Amino acid sequence: MKDRGTYRPLSYFQLMEVTLRELLVEKGLITEEQVQREVAAMRARTPERGARVVAKAWVDLHFKKFLLENATAACESLGIEIPALKLVAVENTPQVHNVIVCTLCSCYPRVLLGIPPDWYKSRNYRSRTVREPRVVLEEFGLKLSKETAIRVHDSTADMRYIVLPMRPAGTEGWSEERLAQLVTRDSMIGVSLPTPPGSRV
Amino acid sequence: MVPARFKAGERVKVLKSFPLGHVRTPFYIRGHVGEIERLCGSFPNPEELAQMRDGLPAQPLYRVRFRQKEVWPDYRGSEQDVVEIEIFQHWLEKA
Repeated sequence: MKDRGTYRPLSYFQLMEVTLRELLVEKGLITEEQVQREVAAMRARTPERGARVVAKAWVDLHFKKFLLENATAACESLGIEIPALKLVAVENTPQVHNVIVCTLCSCYPRVLLGIPPDWYKSRNYRSRTVREPRVVLEEFGLKLSKETAIRVHDSTADMRYIVLPMRPAGTEGWSEERLAQLVTRDSMIGVSLPTPPGSRV
Repeated sequence: MVPARFKAGERVKVLKSFPLGHVRTPFYIRGHVGEIERLCGSFPNPEELAQMRDGLPAQPLYRVRFRQKEVWPDYRGSEQDVVEIEIFQHWLEKA
């Protein structure tokens, strides 16, 4: 056996990406600089954006109403551009817990949450979340009572969903900035709850 | 733009049809009956877009709510559990 060190040949999709990008640049349709800019912009979008929106909805009832009626316009009012898709915010209550999945591919509210985690794109999560959501949520450490209805949102077309989790108890009087720190990415997908106050490391 | 035929609260049935190509109606929901949750607006038909055509006239898109117990006969969660799916109007008929 030849020792190839840590070298691995490119995978099919990596090779496809390099080939397509180089061709587009060579044909003068895009520039390397544009590609870099787009990648940087993609990396700059992180779940902190979504957390800001959630924290705002927790402290401002008018904003919360606006967000639930028209999440695209509500986010734009905070200066967050929502290009070419419609955003829908779904509210968790003591009676209803929402969770988001895309069974067909991996549609995800990137504009608010950034790059999706690998498990969100896995066949396991995508197929089982519609079939046995309670079991999947338990695997994430979230055990809901039978009295809480689970509402699964299969993101199949032009909408993108974000969960508005319930504000944790014991956060009365907190500022938006402080509240935003409790809002995790997973709580906005619906597979967990926000961090309880005081448990943050 | 195609006019919207359904209103929130109406019962609809998803066509049990299996065309080839890029279709955004999941297999598991075809043939099932649900309730219109809301009209999301109208969007170019993705089945046409995938063929490099313009997808026009735009098709009304709905969020349709299905009871999990009806979708999966052996479903083990609560009676209240639902799944909501975006479905284009041309995939729906009055139930």
